[in-house]
Amino acid sequence: MDEKFDAIVVGAGPSGNAAAYTMAKAGLKVLQLERGEYPGSKNVQGAILYSDALERIIPDFREDAPLERHLIEQRMWVLDDESYVGSNYRSDEFNKPPYNRYTIIRAQFDKWFSQKVREAGALIICETTVTDLIMDRTRVIGVRTDREGGSIYADVVILADGVNSLLAKKAGFHPELHPKDVALAVKEIHFLPQETIEQRFNVGGDEGVVIEMAGKITQGMVGTGFLYTNKESLTIGVGCMLSDFKQQGTSPYALLEQMKSHPSIKPLLAGGEMKEYTAHLIPEGGYNAVPQIYGEGWLIVGDSGMFVNAVHREGSNLAMTTGRVAGETVIELAARKKPMSAANLALYRKTLDDSFVMKDLKKYRNMPEILHGNHQFFTTYPELVNRAMHTMLTVDGIDKKTKEREVRQDFRKKRSLFGLMGDAFKMWRAFE
Amino acid sequence: MIKVEEKLFQNRYRVDAEHPHINIGNPEVCQVECKTQQCTYCCPAGCYTREGNGRIVLITDGCLECGTCRIICTEFRNVEWEYPRGGYGILFKFG
Ligand SMILES: Cc1cc2nc3c(=O)[nH]c(=O)nc-3n(C[C@H](O)[C@H](O)[C@H](O)COP(=O)(O)OP(=O)(O)OC[C@H]3O[C@@H](n4cnc5c(N)ncnc54)[C@H](O)[C@@H]3O)c2cc1C
Ligand code: SF4
Ligand code: SF4
Repeated sequence: MDEKFDAIVVGAGPSGNAAAYTMAKAGLKVLQLERGEYPGSKNVQGAILYSDALERIIPDFREDAPLERHLIEQRMWVLDDESYVGSNYRSDEFNKPPYNRYTIIRAQFDKWFSQKVREAGALIICETTVTDLIMDRTRVIGVRTDREGGSIYADVVILADGVNSLLAKKAGFHPELHPKDVALAVKEIHFLPQETIEQRFNVGGDEGVVIEMAGKITQGMVGTGFLYTNKESLTIGVGCMLSDFKQQGTSPYALLEQMKSHPSIKPLLAGGEMKEYTAHLIPEGGYNAVPQIYGEGWLIVGDSGMFVNAVHREGSNLAMTTGRVAGETVIELAARKKPMSAANLALYRKTLDDSFVMKDLKKYRNMPEILHGNHQFFTTYPELVNRAMHTMLTVDGIDKKTKEREVRQDFRKKRSLFGLMGDAFKMWRAFE
Repeated sequence: MIKVEEKLFQNRYRVDAEHPHINIGNPEVCQVECKTQQCTYCCPAGCYTREGNGRIVLITDGCLECGTCRIICTEFRNVEWEYPRGGYGILFKFG
């Protein structure tokens, strides 16, 4: 293929699909390359879909997208070995369309999104791994693939190749990822009859529940667990920073097994049939780890650019938004017949800086460092909070004042008063 | 001990026989110099195993293509990691 395209998009995850769709819809000649047998066959997510980001690309997505359940309840659990302390938020407001968040199954969702990209007019070729960027001195002018005669040219190449962006590394746009900037998540899907899920989670029809978990399930590592309800299945997973896995010597699948056997979690999964086990990295380095995202003839979108808000578990929406903005930047330059130079493509970064994408990442920029330096948030505190609840709720003839004192002493024994105040301050500063 | 093989058994793969997409650069470095051998416990698919003599054996058939082994081999950068050829490797049905 010696054809030339207006744009080549590498990858058919949410970021690549958003970019390819936006550009093809505007009439640009777009080629999208994906290494998987079909879009989604390599991709992993929890998965929660945030409507807003997709609505801005495909406003009527609800008509035919494969959505599992809309979320009406959020549970947050802090777990000890035997117990959890939790909070729930459930509201009938979340039952009023248009719904704001859904659970999805990524392989199915990506296939659907890709179909939309095709309908918008892009050429999509799967089972094709891009092996190199073709450079003309410092300028990217095309890509080489593992197919025969695989050199293809374009005015701009958009790297939507996910967290393991070998292309950006090879070209020198990124350094290798640091183990402290990525989390490794493992996850399983368990199938159960729809009625069982609805009874077990106290929901009807298409309603769904999210359980986010922290505490001793990560065995002291910085990380979290989750359990999401799909129509006829549950997904359960846990993710921790790679640097912690490396240091701790715990294997990810043993961690997941341990979590599944927790007395509060096990009954929720009972009777289910496990049908897939997956693992994937999540770039969680935050604002300070975002690399250069544009240059001569190239743009980086989605996970490849560290666009994940780990505090709020948002990734796919940032992927879609950065993909869309990259697409719009290219459309604007093409319309004004301007070259795809670094100076012109800088508009992409500027637009992101002014959007929620960079503003949110910036807001939490100190979070990764605070969590890495303060493992007590994942060990001592969950234990203390659970023990405090246990003490206060056990009726055993001891008066409540004495119990309160016990709880206070317990906290101080584990962590000095200064330590406690310091921790509260650090958390407040990170969220501020 | 839980066996990761039982988990992997649920997955679908299209194995590219004789073209492993990950290779160990210098096996001697693993055996002699690397004291921590973190690939053996960090890989979520258990692809790396340590033999009695300290040698590391890598079998990529169950690989989930996560990238962990490449990133955590920080001291020696001894993992040569490429994506499988287009269409090969793990095939998630659900993801
Ligand atoms: C366990 C887990 C739970 C998550 N939960 C949530 C959640 O609930 N909500 C949320 O919003 N986000 C969540 N995320 C994050 C979200 O999944 C990612 O942010 C999002 O998928 C990033 O999209 P992307 O398009 O940038 O990358 P990807 O989805 O990784 O897509 C990259 C694509 O590029 C292809 N590719 C890579 N290299 C090449 C190459 N050289 N040639 C050809 N093709 C290539 C890949 O096959 C892939 O299809 C979660 C992530 C994980 C791992
Ligand atoms: S961590 Fe790297 S150097 Fe050490 S045994 Fe594994 S592959 Fe070899
Ligand atoms: S890429 Fe992931 S699953 Fe594959 S061998 Fe490396 S660590 Fe294991």
